[in-house]
This record gives sequence, structure tokens and C-alpha cells, in this order.
Amino acid sequence: MDTQTTFQSLRLEKVGRTFGTMNALQDLSLEIKRGEFIALLGPSGCGKSTALNCIAGLLTTTSGSIWLDDKRIDTLAVEDRGFGMVFQNYALFPHMSVRSNIGFGLRMRGLPKADIEKRVDEAIRTVRLESQAHKLPGQLSGGQQQRVAIARAIAIDPPLVLMDEPLSNLDAKLRLEMRREIRRIHKDLGGVTIYVTHDQDEALSLADRIVVLRDGVIRQVGTPEDLYLRPAHIDVAEFMGFRNRFDGTLIGGKTVMPMNGASADFDGTIFEGVAVNTLAVGAVTAAIRPDDLVPVTARAKGIDALVESIEYRGHDFFGTARTEKNIELFFRSDRTLSAGTKIRLGADPAKVLFYNGASV
Amino acid sequence: MNQQSIPLRTRLAAHGIDGVTMLVIPAALLLLALFIYPFSYGFVLSFHPKDGSLFGNYENFFSDPFLYKTIYTTLALAVPVTLLNLIAAVPVAFRVRRMRHQRLITTILVLPITLGTVLVAEGMLNYFGPQGWFIRTLTILGIGSPSSVRLVHNYWGVFLSLVITGFPFTFLLTLSYVSGIDVALENAAATLGARAAARFRTIFLPLLAPGLAITFCLSFVQAYSVFPSAVLLGAPAGPTRVISIAAYQAAFEQYDYSLASAIAMIMGAVQLIVVVGVLLSRNLFYRGPAAGAKG
Repeated sequence: MDTQTTFQSLRLEKVGRTFGTMNALQDLSLEIKRGEFIALLGPSGCGKSTALNCIAGLLTTTSGSIWLDDKRIDTLAVEDRGFGMVFQNYALFPHMSVRSNIGFGLRMRGLPKADIEKRVDEAIRTVRLESQAHKLPGQLSGGQQQRVAIARAIAIDPPLVLMDEPLSNLDAKLRLEMRREIRRIHKDLGGVTIYVTHDQDEALSLADRIVVLRDGVIRQVGTPEDLYLRPAHIDVAEFMGFRNRFDGTLIGGKTVMPMNGASADFDGTIFEGVAVNTLAVGAVTAAIRPDDLVPVTARAKGIDALVESIEYRGHDFFGTARTEKNIELFFRSDRTLSAGTKIRLGADPAKVLFYNGASV
Repeated sequence: MNQQSIPLRTRLAAHGIDGVTMLVIPAALLLLALFIYPFSYGFVLSFHPKDGSLFGNYENFFSDPFLYKTIYTTLALAVPVTLLNLIAAVPVAFRVRRMRHQRLITTILVLPITLGTVLVAEGMLNYFGPQGWFIRTLTILGIGSPSSVRLVHNYWGVFLSLVITGFPFTFLLTLSYVSGIDVALENAAATLGARAAARFRTIFLPLLAPGLAITFCLSFVQAYSVFPSAVLLGAPAGPTRVISIAAYQAAFEQYDYSLASAIAMIMGAVQLIVVVGVLLSRNLFYRGPAAGAKG
């Protein structure tokens, strides 16, 4: 097991998987260094679970290869890969006690009994389940079951821990708590964790790097800051909370290079913003977070709309409004506004992102 | 007391007795008329033998080898047949579970149920008979001859017909138990290093055992009450003189309904002992839901 824990990197080279004629995953290439926490993020059907199952070996790949340093692993059977996997529904063995569940992988490896006991104790301590060790999974709460699933996966000391939406069945408070736990366990193990989720908050708070997938293709790979501040693609922007999108035309009559300022005409409303990619003359799309779209005075630049609904969210109010052209807008306000109020919404040009081409 | 003021209807409803409970009445009446009354009647009748003593029939049964040996004869058919069907059904169910055309395969496998035992028996008489295709093929291939291979009018004839008519039933039950086990459990075991054989031994078998016990019981009871194929395909005077034949002869050839009732009671008791024994052994296994989580 020493060779496994001292590996340097996991490499995916043009990994692809088709189901019939559907490309669930295409040319996924990625290099992951030891110690990294990677989140695979995307809406359902984007191929993130397919990618995870291909790495785990539960699905065979239809093209490409996967390497652990210079050892090819995509041709190995699931049981020979030795990766720890945490399933969405936990998949605990219902007829075995917590201890027995956690020791399963070690028993399958034929380790001496004393070793198994020692390592099971260790894993139980890591997930803080000392008092539940002799219960059956059915007697535990959802959060405790989740801990058992994690303990079972890490007890075999895997180079790679794969997690498939592990927190999606927990309530909000427990989810935050388990997030911290998962991060701590990852640090303790020092291997690679690959975490599949559709929740961008989870990905942003947990991961060292996030891989955003859409329709089986990588849209962007980057740190949480990269993705949050400068989503490289309009799809990624939408996923990162840029709920407002406008289709417009570039003003100025010449190409704008990335990171430069630009302005565009959106049905008579002029917005200034920052170009994310190279903007060609013609159609551009603007993306603005609801947080950054706020009511402005009638003399400032902005888009006119009628308030439709507003709700209080602790610090601020968030609302929806509709323009004359029937475009729905999501905005923030520091005071409440009644439905039907006419307002002008504007944004700081540094917070408005421009993408080349129309949004659809 | 305050309790007095709660209407009867509400108090009954709190114990789960309401209008819907009435829907049980027709079935209960039917059960009473068609099962409980005839059973009790037969039970009482079995204690009124022709000789006037209380246990005359039972003494008679257990002292006459021609009668008491039918218990063994029937068990010798029913137990191996049930075990064979069960052992054959498990791997087939595992394979069918993963198939895309599951329904088609299931339909084909289940077809013999719809044919009925008599039709199957008639078919077998022709197919496996001395002039049937099976024996003829063996003869042509030089493997056997009508004199060396006999598959009808003996133990094997009844055995085969019970396998053919019993397998679909056993298979259907087994399939439902096998499909009830969450696929994620197998995947989890595989990622933890368990190979196919180990997965079957450590995950599937313990989770399946209680269901297989139920399947065994139901299939066994069916096989134990074999009658038509034992007469049509067996040697009802000797090797396949099963207990139901003994009861039939007592009732309709000797016109001794009292003895027939006693034989039927003994038949029921033997089934009960086997079923209770198997069901008790079920307690040795985990019997909760076979899913990986609370859901």
C-alpha cells in the first residue's frame, strides 16, 4: 500500500464514454496532483457522475486512458484499483454492524485480524463514531450513516477518495457540518479527493480546483476564485450565480481583447462591462449577478423595469422585476419595494461580464 | 371521566378500526366457509374412524407401511425438486436482473405456469415416452435406448414435471428478492476489493437468505401436494405413490372419508413441520430492508 499513498499524480487522458449514440463524456483530460481536492461540478446529466464511475471502474471507458503516475489503471477491474468510494445513498451493508462495514475492505484484503481491528478503530475515531460502532446502519441517523460510508472508504487507505454527491441526502445544517468534516479528513489523508456535486457553494467551499462540466465536455478548470470572479464561459457564469443575461450588440465597431472594458447596446440600454473573452463586432452577452444589479437614480445608466416580487434574505432584499420587453431580472435592494414599482436597475461596470456571441 | 365524551367511532378509529375494515368481511366469510369449516370438519372426522376408537385412523396409518411410506415417498420428490429449482433459479435471476429484455425473458420462463400440470404431463408423455423425440434422438446418437432410458411412469417422470411446472414459480419469487437488493451495495463491495464470489458470499447470500427461505417454503408446499403428474407420469402403485394418492384412494376407492381426512391432516402436519423449521432458521439471518440507506 506504500506505493499507492506516495503517488504523485492522477492523469486522465482524453477519457470518453458513450451510451449507445450519446456522448456522456468526451475527451476529458486532467492532471491531479497528490493532496488536491477536486470538485466535478455541473447540472444533472453533464457527465460528472459518469466521469467519477469511469475513474472508480464501475463504468468502462470507451476511449482514452487513466494513469496513476506511470501505471495505467483504466484497464484494471474495480476491485483491483483500491480507490475509496462514497456513494450518494451511502450503500452501507445493512446486515453488518458499523465496525463490520468499516472493516469490510480490510477483510477482503486478507489483513491479519489485529491489524484490521487497529485500522477500524482509527477510521471510527476519524469520523467520530466511537459510541455507534456496534449498531447496524439502520439504527443510525442520516449524518451518522454518511460518516460510516466515509470511514469505510478511507479505512483501506486509498490513494484516491471518490465522492458522489455525498451530502445531497442531508439537511442544511448537517450538510455544512459534514463539509467541514470532509475537508478535514481530506487534509488528514493527504491523497486525492474527487468530489461530484451540482451545488456550486459546496464546490466553492471544498475544492482546491473545480472542473465544470456541461454536456460531457469540460467548460472550465480553475480555482474557486477563478470560477467565481471570471467564469470563462456563459454556461459557467450561469452556474456561478450570474442569473441575469442580456443579449446585445457591441458598441465601438472594433474587436475587444479579454479583460478590457467594453460597452454594448441591449435594446436601447447601454451597459458598460469587462470582456471575458475576445469580443468580435456584433452579438455579445452580458452576465450580472443579482447581488450586483441594484436600483439606481433615474439619471444613472440602467435598465427600466417593474418590480414583480421581493423577499427579505437577512441582510438585504432580493427581488425580481420585468422589463417592457418581458425580460426577467434578478436584483438586490437595501430597502423593500412594493410590486408594480417602476425602478431603474444598474451595475458597476467592473461586475458586468461580456461574452462573445449570443447566449443561446 | 372525560374519556366518556369521546365517541365510540373515534376510539375505534384510534385502534385502526374504521369503515375500511368492513372490506375484510367478504374475504373473512369466504375463508370461513371454504377453509376453516371444511378443515375443522375434516379434523373432527379424522377422529371418528370406522372402528369407533379415537385414534384408530392414525394408528392404522402409522402401522401400515403401504400408508406411512407415502410420507417419505412424497418428501423424496418434493425436497430435491424444490432445492433443484431454487439452486437453478438464483443464477438465472442474477443474470435476468441485468438484462435489457427482462420482460420477454421472464414471460418465456413463466409460460409453463399457464399451461397447467396436466398439459405438461401429456406433453411429457409424448416427448419423453419410449417413442418420443427425446428417446429417439438418444437412440440415433447411440447414447441410450428405449429399454435403458426410462423417463416416464417412474420417479424421474414426476421429478421432471415438478421441475418444469415448479421452476417458473420459484424463479419469479427469487427474481423479486434478487431485484430487491440495491445495486449500489454490490458496487460498494467491489470498490472495497471484493471479487464476484466474495460479493455473493458476503453481501448477496446473507441478504437473500430470508427470501430464499420463503421461496423454499412456498415451492415445497406446491411440490408436496403433487397429484396429477404423480398419477399420469409416475408409477402410482409403487415408487411415486405420494401421500395425496393415498388420501384419494382412501376417500374414493375405499369410501373411508374418515381415514382420508386423517391422511390429509398428516399431510398438512408434515408440511407445517418443514415450513416452520425453515422459517425459524430464517431468524439466524438479518431480515431488515436490503437497501443501503434509510432512503
